[in-house]
Amino acid sequence: MKQKEKRLGSSSWRMWLIAAPGIVYLFINNYLPMFGVFLAFKDYKYTRGIFGSAWCGFDNFEFLFRTSDAWIMTRNTLLYNLSFIVVGTAASIFLAILLTELGERLRAKFFQASLLLPNLLSWVVIGVISFAFFNADSGFLDNRVLPALGLQPISFYSETKYWPLILLLVYLWKNTGYTCIIYMASIAGISKDIYESAQLDGASKLQQIFRITLPMLKPTVIITTLMSVGRVFFSDFGLFYQVPQNAGKLFPVTQTIDTYVYRALMDSNNISMAAAAALFQSVMGFLLVVSANALVRKIDKDNALF
Amino acid sequence: MVREQKRTVRICTAILLALVALTLLPIALLVVSSFMDEKEILNNGYSLFPEKWSIDAYLYMIKQGATIFRAYGISIFVTLTGTVLSTAITTMLAYPMSRKSFRWRNALSFFVFFTMLFNGGVVASYILWTRYLHVKDTILALILPNYLVVAFHVILVRNFYTNNIPDSLIEAAQLDGANDFQVFFRIVLPLAVPVIATISLFTALTYWNDWINGLYYINDASLFGIQNFLMRIMNNIQALKSTAANSSMMINVELPSFSVRMALAVIGMLPVLVLFPFVQKHLIRGVVVGAVKG
Repeated sequence: MKQKEKRLGSSSWRMWLIAAPGIVYLFINNYLPMFGVFLAFKDYKYTRGIFGSAWCGFDNFEFLFRTSDAWIMTRNTLLYNLSFIVVGTAASIFLAILLTELGERLRAKFFQASLLLPNLLSWVVIGVISFAFFNADSGFLDNRVLPALGLQPISFYSETKYWPLILLLVYLWKNTGYTCIIYMASIAGISKDIYESAQLDGASKLQQIFRITLPMLKPTVIITTLMSVGRVFFSDFGLFYQVPQNAGKLFPVTQTIDTYVYRALMDSNNISMAAAAALFQSVMGFLLVVSANALVRKIDKDNALF
Repeated sequence: MVREQKRTVRICTAILLALVALTLLPIALLVVSSFMDEKEILNNGYSLFPEKWSIDAYLYMIKQGATIFRAYGISIFVTLTGTVLSTAITTMLAYPMSRKSFRWRNALSFFVFFTMLFNGGVVASYILWTRYLHVKDTILALILPNYLVVAFHVILVRNFYTNNIPDSLIEAAQLDGANDFQVFFRIVLPLAVPVIATISLFTALTYWNDWINGLYYINDASLFGIQNFLMRIMNNIQALKSTAANSSMMINVELPSFSVRMALAVIGMLPVLVLFPFVQKHLIRGVVVGAVKG
């Protein structure tokens, strides 16, 4: 027996070879940039490169956090994510319950497919759709809807106050059809017997939803929420870059850490600032994922990521 | 009870109909606007019920053909190459992770998994790919950075292997003298078709819809895929309009206009729209499988 195992195990160089392309790729694409974190502690000069540039300690961070940008982008990233988690979870559960009630009917499939469709569109296309809705010259809202309601046009791309709501709605529009699938799967996992005995006891539909479905969904809600809490320092670059169409006036309410890093790196060529912001994001993200996972582990070991 | 059930279904149907209408409305606006007459857009804005229909935008695109077809071709090439490469590498990487007889499987799994927890950030990646690997302004920049191996997909495939391919089958083949290559390519891969379908679908969508690699790594417009091409048209019109406002420069009438932007976006989402009815089942299954951790 020992000998057989040894013989079977001895071919491990073939195993390594099968894994090799993936290992090499992850090493280059994911691990090498991790060593780049020290960029954030350097006064990066393009001509000198990564290794030639001088060390500057925490100067980049000090500079970054003295600007109002740091506060604005952190606040926006966190608040948007929190609202997405709260409203998004509620909307997903609502949708999942509605779709489940229709059971195997054909229209349920049609509804689910339609609601999923926006999730497959690229952010660029969604940016064009936003333009069709919100621009002042030819936008659907300013030129058709608002006048028909007897209201004044708004010029959305220069008015900050509407954007938190707009971005939340676009987020829900794109993602709810997708996120509700997980809740549909957990509702499908609830035993039918429970509902049947509740019906025999005279429980109404609403009572069944509030007393059976929602409590049974609690573990799924806790796990998915904690996992998203682990990602609150990361924002969907496409949502915040394409939907506001890069309108400078909107930056106070649309700038997130990801759009800041992009703009610092590519538009203003401020590599040190971008690196500091990116490292701030990575470290906070790492700490949150690890602690969220520790919490999940405590609640339900099987659902922990690691 | 039956009556209550019926009423519930009716209420749910009504609410869902309203939600579906709201969900499809923006897409309908996009499609309808692409068939609108340019003058009507300029005078009255985009509409769901235009007074006059027109295919000028599409005719214009055909006339401008070369650049648009090129961008489309690049998107197709990048999507196909990226998907095939990614699927091959991912299914291979997941195999040793699933084999109990492979002593380093846990270490390898951790190596893959850790990439989900921590990353070096965009700036370091950008410098690595441009300064050291020199992919800037090459077609490789659209394929290699970011998407080729996604840890989540690797774990999905590994779980499929461990749950669906019995050890006894592999051991029997090994006793018959098959080595790991033969076992993997002749036995494991053919059995893994369902999960391969799922991850290649996810990957193809990622590549087709990607504009971020183009944004960071491509300046040369002749290498733009359809998404970046569309972005450039959107930005150019805005840039041109702002310069036209403070100079006497006239906006060229030949310029892609309000309806052409919409038509380009329609073209950009067309493959997704056409394939959607056939793939949505796999997509939903993929999400469910991914959520239920094995």
